[in-house]
Amino acid sequence: MSADIDKHAREVGDRTFKVRATNLSIDLFLGLFGLLMILPLVLLVANAFKTPQEMLSWPPTVIPARPTLANIEAVLADTPLLRWIFNSFSFALMSAVAILITSTIAGYILAKFPSRAMSVIFAIILATAIVPFEVYMIPLYFQAQSLGILNSVWGLLLGYLVMSFGIFLIRQNVIHSIPDELLEAARIDGAGEIWIFIRIVVPLLRGALGALFVLAFFQAWTAFAWPLIVATTKDSYTIEVGLALFQTGFTVDLGRLSAASAIVLVPSVTLFVFLRRNFVQGVAGTGLKE
Amino acid sequence: MLKRRRLLFSLLAILPVIAIFAFVRVYPISEILRLSLHKWDILSKKKPFIGLKNFQELLGDRLFHEALFNTSIIAFGVLLITIPLSLVISALIFHRTRSRFAAFYETAVFIPHVVSLVPAAMAWKWIFDARLGPLNAFLSLFGVQPMSWLFDPVLSIICVIVLCSWQALGFAVLIYLVGFKSLPVSVYEAAKLDGASGRQSFWHLSVPMLKPITLYVSVVTLVSAFNVYAQVYVLASDAQGAPGRQVRVLVLDMLENSFRNYRVGYAASEAVVLLAIVLLLTFVQFTLLRDKRAAR
Repeated sequence: MSADIDKHAREVGDRTFKVRATNLSIDLFLGLFGLLMILPLVLLVANAFKTPQEMLSWPPTVIPARPTLANIEAVLADTPLLRWIFNSFSFALMSAVAILITSTIAGYILAKFPSRAMSVIFAIILATAIVPFEVYMIPLYFQAQSLGILNSVWGLLLGYLVMSFGIFLIRQNVIHSIPDELLEAARIDGAGEIWIFIRIVVPLLRGALGALFVLAFFQAWTAFAWPLIVATTKDSYTIEVGLALFQTGFTVDLGRLSAASAIVLVPSVTLFVFLRRNFVQGVAGTGLKE
Repeated sequence: MLKRRRLLFSLLAILPVIAIFAFVRVYPISEILRLSLHKWDILSKKKPFIGLKNFQELLGDRLFHEALFNTSIIAFGVLLITIPLSLVISALIFHRTRSRFAAFYETAVFIPHVVSLVPAAMAWKWIFDARLGPLNAFLSLFGVQPMSWLFDPVLSIICVIVLCSWQALGFAVLIYLVGFKSLPVSVYEAAKLDGASGRQSFWHLSVPMLKPITLYVSVVTLVSAFNVYAQVYVLASDAQGAPGRQVRVLVLDMLENSFRNYRVGYAASEAVVLLAIVLLLTFVQFTLLRDKRAAR
């Protein structure tokens, strides 16, 4: 009898040991994989502080032996890097605000004021959502040209004023989190429609708006093809375009390139780590698209 | 009376948004369709209607064929790497959800998806660099001869695929994680009672149940890979003044025709082809989903 219990205990012990060992190896694998994923970026940032000699050494050092700021100083002196960062930042910020405003209004109206016109509008928005930006950016370029806003932040903004997915996201959120009774009660109390929208609807959407803001900001911050054709003067480049053109030059050395990249990467990665929850929520929302 | 006032309010409120939306989305999309049927070279004022001539010319355009071929190889290459890898990685992360390091795994896998394209591509360009790159140095440890990754026509496409997959992986993992969280726990418990191993539940439960998610992630990955441009621009453009080999992709060919050769109508017809590919992929997704629902 007691031998049986012993045997059972040993089996259970074996099993928990086995489970532990499996989990440990999974952790090890995932940890290694995660490190490998960020290794290129870590090495890039490390390169920014290396001397030209150290850059060539094998194996590559992760922490520079004799860190130097020469690369960063050189790149700040040679290129209007800060100007480009400022351009990107104001473009991304304005785009995020514009998308937030247009999506909130359209999403709320489409969700709470059903009529045949609204169904048609929503169908058109969904249909155009499938079309990638690259498909229609050439005609859009000529529209920007005829408005005379090429090479300015307004030209950049033209392509990023609305976001179909944003309208969809807000509409879903309004349907799920704002009951009709609440709006009716406010109306009976004599509240105007605009007051209801600003005082009741917008505060209730705070979570979704946060996710959408982060999503829209990063979308504009990492935009490439559109800024490349719209902003063609050195003063109007975004950081992506500026860097891409900078790296095709003749005399650029790796240290400076890495320095410029690091200056761009570090703040955006930091920002992302802080806003991770918002971002994940926003992207995960895209999975509900169908 | 009240109802009419509410309708009026809703129309007035949404009107400005609709106007903007029409101007920056609906109009340019209809414009691209119209332009594709016209011959318009920026320099000339006239834009004669030429029917399907642009598309006929595309059929015989060697550069366009090259672009279409490369883009398709890249798109399906990214798909083949991203889907299996993200499925396994997300299954493992989900299995270790309660681990102290779960947040690190998620963040590390996702960061490449959000960092700016150009600096990230720059990092990879250095890794692939023939003379200075750590990849060749690493391979030489195993006696592999150094290769000029970015100058060989086949190798450079592989480089683009690696870079794009590295970026696409985080998105796929994230969506799969949402999928894993929505799967019914009871099914797994039943399987465990019946003595199924973790690997068996993965193959026979998770993979089939996640099929709609796989379909969605595949289509999103394919569509965004068909629009590949920045990665190619950085990795395989004429860098450092050297006559580097360009990997021609659809968006690059389109922009070149429009802004270097000034053939806007012709570029528009390329955009329409790109649109047709995207619509086809979306259509396939919806058909497969519907078949699946009907089969249930």
